Amino acid sequence: MSPLRRRLLFGVPLAMAAVGGVGFYTILRRMQDNDYNPHTLPSPLIGKHPPTFALPGAPGFQGFSNTDLLSPPKPMLVNWFASWCAPCQEEAPMLHKLAASGITIWGIAYEDTPDALAAYLQNFGNPYQRLATDESGLTAINWGVYGVPETYFIDKTGIVRLRYPGALTKEVVQNRLMPLFKQYS
Amino acid sequence: MKIKRLLFALLLVPGLALAQAMVQRDGVILTPAQEHRAETIGSQLRCLVCQNESIEESSAGLAKQLRTIIRQQVVQGVPDKQIMQYMVHRYGIFVLLKPPVSPLTWLLYASPFLALIIGFLVYWLGRRNRAKPVAPLTEAEQARLDELLK
Repeated sequence: MSPLRRRLLFGVPLAMAAVGGVGFYTILRRMQDNDYNPHTLPSPLIGKHPPTFALPGAPGFQGFSNTDLLSPPKPMLVNWFASWCAPCQEEAPMLHKLAASGITIWGIAYEDTPDALAAYLQNFGNPYQRLATDESGLTAINWGVYGVPETYFIDKTGIVRLRYPGALTKEVVQNRLMPLFKQYS
Repeated sequence: MKIKRLLFALLLVPGLALAQAMVQRDGVILTPAQEHRAETIGSQLRCLVCQNESIEESSAGLAKQLRTIIRQQVVQGVPDKQIMQYMVHRYGIFVLLKPPVSPLTWLLYASPFLALIIGFLVYWLGRRNRAKPVAPLTEAEQARLDELLK
């Protein structure tokens, strides 16, 4: 066996194991940092306008339709949530922070009842400028929502640029949302 | 009169049989054949909530809603392909348990052939580098070997 062959025989598997190890480490690391979720699905809505819909407002709120999202004065977020959803409660403080920093957030309550929704808003506050309700969940299906919370970034031309499924964390806002607000402002 | 009644009853029988044969699933009433079609479609679609189950198997609320939508469309006579497209349009190709052949999945579908080619390459390189078989012994060499082994 030539020295080169011997080196290859030992080196190649070792290199493959090393690359795999580094890859898995990166994935696990980013999962721990809330920066990566392997269950996240890409949305077919990216680069498109939201589908046609018209949803009524929650009691005391103005609802909205797809035409209201056609040309917002500045990039904005549409946040799908529900009073019965635990991760939604987790992300509530982050939504308040974003709203306080001047970002427009419109909410859609998914398969919720007026009473439960009112109680939720009382407990966790209201970061939404408009709040629609999708009681049947059929509009959610047309948007491709597969769980709440989901947050959609919509640019000034009304086009969806990002769908984030799951609670917004500090890392997601810093690494995913803020660059978009800068890019599309 | 009796004959008329009998005829009327006979007319009712197939209708009754048909009515009994209808099944109700996820809020939609359909024939067994339609239900079978719907099940075939649903079992090819991924439940997006519990991602390793099909829509047909899953007990998630969203899966139930999608089952209803599939059945409504089946009853309306929408072709299978169009129902699949309805889902892909909303959830992307991930919703298909069997991914379609597309530029995104070429590598996936080519991987068995790539593995086969790499295997052949390794085999071929190994064979090429193997030392050539030793030439048979000459008569003199054979005699010496016999001498040595005595």
